[in-house]
Amino acid sequence: MSEEIRSILKQHARLSVDVATIADDADLYQAGMTSHASVNVMLALEGQFDIEFPDRMLKRGVFESISAIRAAVEELTQGR
Amino acid sequence: MSDTQSRLEIVKKIAVEIAGPNADKVDRESRFPTEAIEALKKAKLMSALVPVAGGGMGVGMIELAAMCETLGQHCASAAMVFAMHQIQVACIVRHAMHQPFYQGYVRELLEKQNLIASVTSEVGVGGEMRTSICGVERQGDRFTLVKDASTISYGAQADDLLVTARRAPDAPPNDQVAVLVRKADYTLEQKGAWDTLGMRGTCSPPFKMSSKGVVDQIMTVPFSDVASHTMVPFSHVLWASCWLGIATSAVSRARAFVRAQARQKPGAMPPTALRLAEAAAMLQAMRTNVRDVQNECEELMKSDEGTQSLSSIGFSLKMNNLKVTCSQQVTQIVQHALLICGIMGYKNDSPYAVGRHLRDGHSAALMVGNDRIYGTNASMLLVLKDD
Repeated sequence: MSEEIRSILKQHARLSVDVATIADDADLYQAGMTSHASVNVMLALEGQFDIEFPDRMLKRGVFESISAIRAAVEELTQGR
Repeated sequence: MSDTQSRLEIVKKIAVEIAGPNADKVDRESRFPTEAIEALKKAKLMSALVPVAGGGMGVGMIELAAMCETLGQHCASAAMVFAMHQIQVACIVRHAMHQPFYQGYVRELLEKQNLIASVTSEVGVGGEMRTSICGVERQGDRFTLVKDASTISYGAQADDLLVTARRAPDAPPNDQVAVLVRKADYTLEQKGAWDTLGMRGTCSPPFKMSSKGVVDQIMTVPFSDVASHTMVPFSHVLWASCWLGIATSAVSRARAFVRAQARQKPGAMPPTALRLAEAAAMLQAMRTNVRDVQNECEELMKSDEGTQSLSSIGFSLKMNNLKVTCSQQVTQIVQHALLICGIMGYKNDSPYAVGRHLRDGHSAALMVGNDRIYGTNASMLLVLKDD
């Protein structure tokens, strides 16, 4: 799943560094992701994993790092 | 969790799990939303308005409006039946509790959850609720009443009927009373069909109603007071709440559609997103409109002085304006949702379908015709001085 997330970040997060060089727990906002870009990341994640982020998950912390995103996606795909 | 919250949770569950799944069938077959109404009866919600002191839940207008809105999001016909029933209950609990017959009736309502239909319409009066041709014919302590009703919503499914009529056959047309007639004491002869564009589940054909009973069933408070203090405010607020439910549901389908489009191409704003933003603003305006009037109504109903002012020219205008604006807003909003969802909104078998919403929504401008209401407002504006 981390690879799929990385591929989405590469396309939509507009990081100032190569996503391949980023650790799973690195702060994506510090790496240059704007809040506008994070919206596109969320949309791409929803499309890729066929999920919908509920309002309660629409906060900065959920999209902060690759591991945070993975935890969120896992929560939403649980039990499938 | 407060009582209000838990009651609204119950209504939401009924709306989502029962009314919604049956809505298309109710619409297609133009049949009564039996499942939803049975579930509401089971939850004892048909007597929700009965005050706590009288053994009921003591629900007020605001909470009832929220229930209608929730039901309206999933099945507008079920929501409207529920709303119309509650309007009758409101008239009874607010105006007839000093009469032993009605005290007994309300006790029965609490237990049996009777469904009450309204018989205000009449062939020949041209939709004017405050005029009757038929009159109550008294013989001793009994009466008979025959009414040629141009429409009785869920007439065939109701348990009891609340009927308006002249106080006596020789009384003037506007000297009206309301009479509750019981299932065993009336017959309905259906005079036509109910095959309509929308609100098909309300099952509202014309009927000739013949009834009898004891004079204690006649409300002693004149219908003019019942109408202005209760029936009209409850009708306008609860109807508008049903329509708000329709509009909310259409916008939520449109939102889901736009999000699905956005997911296909993150970064590119879907062309429909702007129209969605517009629809969301329109929905907020409609919601504010309903909330404003319902809050004011509930506040005014708390005191006798406030209740009197419900029939003032200023407040009558305000309620009438709620009706005409919301009935226009609902179709405009659904129309927007249709443009957003495009062919997927036009198709009846799509998750984004809004055809039923549009057809149901078009009833809003007609149930008490907007032009009639504008006419009333026009004459009130000639005399209103609110500066």
